[in-house]
Amino acid sequence: MSRNPYVRPISTTTWYMRHGRYKVYVLRELTSFLVMFYSFLTLFGLYALSTSPERWEAFLVSQQGAGMIVFHAVALLYFLFFQTFPWFKLAPKAMPVQVGETKVPDNAIIIGHYVAWAVLTLFIFWLAGVL
Amino acid sequence: MAIAKKAVVWGLFAAGGTLSSFVFPALIALFLLIATGNVPNGLQFEQFHTFASSWLGKACLFIVLFLSLWHAAHRLRVVAHDFGIRKDTLVANTVYAVAAIGTVLAAFYLFSIS
Repeated sequence: MSRNPYVRPISTTTWYMRHGRYKVYVLRELTSFLVMFYSFLTLFGLYALSTSPERWEAFLVSQQGAGMIVFHAVALLYFLFFQTFPWFKLAPKAMPVQVGETKVPDNAIIIGHYVAWAVLTLFIFWLAGVL
Repeated sequence: MAIAKKAVVWGLFAAGGTLSSFVFPALIALFLLIATGNVPNGLQFEQFHTFASSWLGKACLFIVLFLSLWHAAHRLRVVAHDFGIRKDTLVANTVYAVAAIGTVLAAFYLFSIS
């Protein structure tokens, strides 16, 4: 009988570096910073919108610039590959759908998500006057 | 944490994750357009103000912000744990407080647009 069982030391701060799967997990979790950032950026915009046309105009101008272009472009790619696409991929596991006796195939659920996403994105662009 | 409480937190996390997955790419793309100086018509003051004044517009903006904030808060709590911060009560109180403040601000700003 061992009184002091061996406990393999695992770092609490860098444990995810040991395995590619863990790294991807942590990269996915980090999208929460982007969600926070864009939520508060939108809130700041709503504050400007609620105050005056001048404030809204100043908000739009303050968001321009090469640095912001690069930041948003990187953020968009990061968000797509570590939040949107993995979330859709996971959907059939999180919300399996059954019609009568038959289980809806995983791929049908995933494709459904992509179609709905495309339609919603086009609708938002239409609403914003991009299209 | 009690099971009932956990269900609420998890429900908000899942709903917010789904909604942000669907909506945020378009939102970020719009900020990207603004950054390039090409502000689309719908985001000019008149048009966007009209949208945010309508009850439907208010409801859409509020639900997206509310659920996204709570989704991010819950995930940030997990991130803190994953990076070795083991003061969960403090972290939880902080991130949920940030989400609560954001939710109240969203309601307040949207309410004052008319």
